[in-house]
Amino acid sequence: MADTTIPHAAPRPPGLRGLAADWASDQRTFKNVSWGKAMMWIFLLSDTFIFGCFLLSYMTARMSTRVPWPNTSEVFSLHVGSVSVPLLLIAIMTFVLISSSGTMVLAVNYGYRRERRKAVGFLLLTALLGATFVGMQAFEWSKLIEEGVRPWGNPFGADQFGASFFMITGFHGTHVSIGVIFLLIVARKVWRGDYDVGRRGFFTSRKGSYDSVEVMGLYWHFVDLVWVFIFAFFYLW
Amino acid sequence: MVDVTHGAIGSVPPAEVPEMDLYHPHSWWTKYVFSQDAKVIAIQYSGTAIAIGMVALVLSWLMRLQLGFPGTFDFITPEAYYQFITMHGMIMVVYLLTALFLGGFGNYLIPLMVGARDMVFPYANMLSYWIYLLAVLVLVASFFAPGGPTGAGWTLYPPQAIMTGTPGGQQSGIILMLVSLILFVIGFTMGGLNYVVTVLQARTRGMTLMRLPLTVWGIFTATVMALLAFPALLVACVMMLFDRLLGTSFFMPAVVEMGEQLRTNGGSPILFQHLFWFFGHPEVYIVALPAFGIVSDLIATHARKNIFGYRMMVWAIVGIGALSFIVWAHHMYVSGMDPYFGFFFATTTLIIAVPTAIKVYNWILTLWRGDIHLTIPMLFALAFIVTFVNGGLTGLFLGNVVVDVPLSDTMFVVAHFHMVMGVAPITVIFGAIYHWYPKITGRMLNEALGQFHFWVTFLGAYLIFFPMHYVGLMGVPRRYSELGDMALMTDSAHDLNAFISIMAFIVGFAQLVFLFNLVWSIRHGKEAGPNPWRATTLEWQTEHTPPRHGNFGKELPIVYRWAYDYSVPGAKEDYIAQNDPGEYGAPGAHA
Repeated sequence: MADTTIPHAAPRPPGLRGLAADWASDQRTFKNVSWGKAMMWIFLLSDTFIFGCFLLSYMTARMSTRVPWPNTSEVFSLHVGSVSVPLLLIAIMTFVLISSSGTMVLAVNYGYRRERRKAVGFLLLTALLGATFVGMQAFEWSKLIEEGVRPWGNPFGADQFGASFFMITGFHGTHVSIGVIFLLIVARKVWRGDYDVGRRGFFTSRKGSYDSVEVMGLYWHFVDLVWVFIFAFFYLW
Repeated sequence: MVDVTHGAIGSVPPAEVPEMDLYHPHSWWTKYVFSQDAKVIAIQYSGTAIAIGMVALVLSWLMRLQLGFPGTFDFITPEAYYQFITMHGMIMVVYLLTALFLGGFGNYLIPLMVGARDMVFPYANMLSYWIYLLAVLVLVASFFAPGGPTGAGWTLYPPQAIMTGTPGGQQSGIILMLVSLILFVIGFTMGGLNYVVTVLQARTRGMTLMRLPLTVWGIFTATVMALLAFPALLVACVMMLFDRLLGTSFFMPAVVEMGEQLRTNGGSPILFQHLFWFFGHPEVYIVALPAFGIVSDLIATHARKNIFGYRMMVWAIVGIGALSFIVWAHHMYVSGMDPYFGFFFATTTLIIAVPTAIKVYNWILTLWRGDIHLTIPMLFALAFIVTFVNGGLTGLFLGNVVVDVPLSDTMFVVAHFHMVMGVAPITVIFGAIYHWYPKITGRMLNEALGQFHFWVTFLGAYLIFFPMHYVGLMGVPRRYSELGDMALMTDSAHDLNAFISIMAFIVGFAQLVFLFNLVWSIRHGKEAGPNPWRATTLEWQTEHTPPRHGNFGKELPIVYRWAYDYSVPGAKEDYIAQNDPGEYGAPGAHA
């Protein structure tokens, strides 16, 4: 630190120029945003484009195919007793996943408060809910496969139904599974107090901080948000 | 301070970015092979890209052998010719240009130019390179796979890309290509996140975005674009892989092949084209924007003059980046899409000429009354401007639907995109290598060999691609391995084809001279000293040349001014470094 430091008091110009000045400002564009958090936001933006392309492709396929699309409220229904309840499983899955976002928020909050025990508890609960979601998805997949739905065709209608379904839910399910793994890793780190003592990461050899819990949370909320779109476009349409 | 402050300013804000926690290598392996130092990673990226680029060069020779002297070389079958075309195109666009500009120059220059000790996530940065290398190896493996590499053309249009008639379509060629591209996207994302976050969040004190050298602006914007465009490629590759491996029908309509109805049904080949070009058109600018940025710095430095209209240059880069996402379907005028689409995309395409022209004017105005030193980087920079304008003018022809339709799929298109996206960025790459080689190695590249390399490459490229426009205007189609005695092929067209081929060999051999120069000068080049071009940007002000791990000495430099203080009246020297706190004419007085 040279002694050239003079409190900087350049007045911000008004309007658009001020906006540009803020964005272009010294050293950091986003003040008080850690590198990890900035990276996660930008990664999620990129990932949004991936899911966007998948969903747009699915919509195109659904509109361009000449064979009628399967009736989703029948295909995705469960038999409870003798009644066929449309979208029952998927409603539960959605509820589970959305709830896990709530527990994740609590985990982040307790992490920043340094209440390690509670933070770990909510991280593990989030992971459990995520794993439940993936489990139910596996159940749904096997049920559909049993009924003859394949990526290359199905008994209910257009071939693209199975193809898009397995591809998009599979891609989302992979995201959830990766999230569960990282939730467990983060939970372990919080449990051991790695973030309190600044213990170095195994791969990156960087010191961690409770910021990582929040970055993990960003990813998790994103995965939830994407599910809302998949749910809307795949099951409700 | 958004205002471009030409002079020194007194107030330097306190440091906000904590000192970077660097990984210090303990062994030869972690220092030079599995290195987390962006500079080493940059050299690994560049070396791999140049190596695979040589493969593409040889492939282009083989194509020219066939086109110039059809029927002479038995080993170039039509299938082989398609494979050469495909691999040449894909290697040049993705594995050479993208990797070299972003992975190579990006890694080397971003931390140095913004005043950071390294990229923000060195470990992910290292992984980025190794995944890229894996992608290259998978690509190379397809040459040795049964049936050879894919011959689908670099655009990989389905349904033909995954059908029997296409080389590698029903063998492993296309699979390896798609897997390689998917790996490339994953690897690039890891690096790309690094570049973006480093520019946004890890600059040194005093380095506002509006004081960044334009090189960083170009690479930064291109990386943001790549992070948003590559997803479309990834999705297209995944879907085509499913079509090929699982028998899904995303891109496959009902097809009758050899009198037999395939079981695919209802897919949309046009969907692939949309996805591909949603990646493919931004890709053009992903390659062009770093070139724009670098060339701006080369011109300012070697003409000893501040860049004209810095702020306008920045907005032009950002504007081109944004616009390039809404022009993609101008590659698809003849695909059978709705004609109104063509109207929209022709309009946006021509609008993009505005920011591009602003940049060209600004380069010219920077040169105007400058103290032009015809060094080799400058020669290449000038060659770029000329070539880019040439390529841009033919772009006006192809951007208009009615003019494009007859020219579509002719050699005119080939000549156009080689000028604008082949020759132009590659001249910048050469210029940049001549410019920064002294910083990377501490020695200058040999001047005489450089002059030879420049003139042969520059004149040769024109002798290759100018006649090609003419050949295309006569109606010679692209992607035909042999034209035979078609009525439209006059004798002059045949002669021109032979001439183009001979020129291609000569230009190709000149590149070997360049490679020799690169290797020879590491030991025998003239000592460069820390700042041979007397440039202002931070990478030339490092304590050591080449810069060591951590880039700068004990203290990070503090930036007091923009990157273009050349020939300031009254200043002691004709440049004032960015970290020089002095007022005009009295450097150091202000500290």
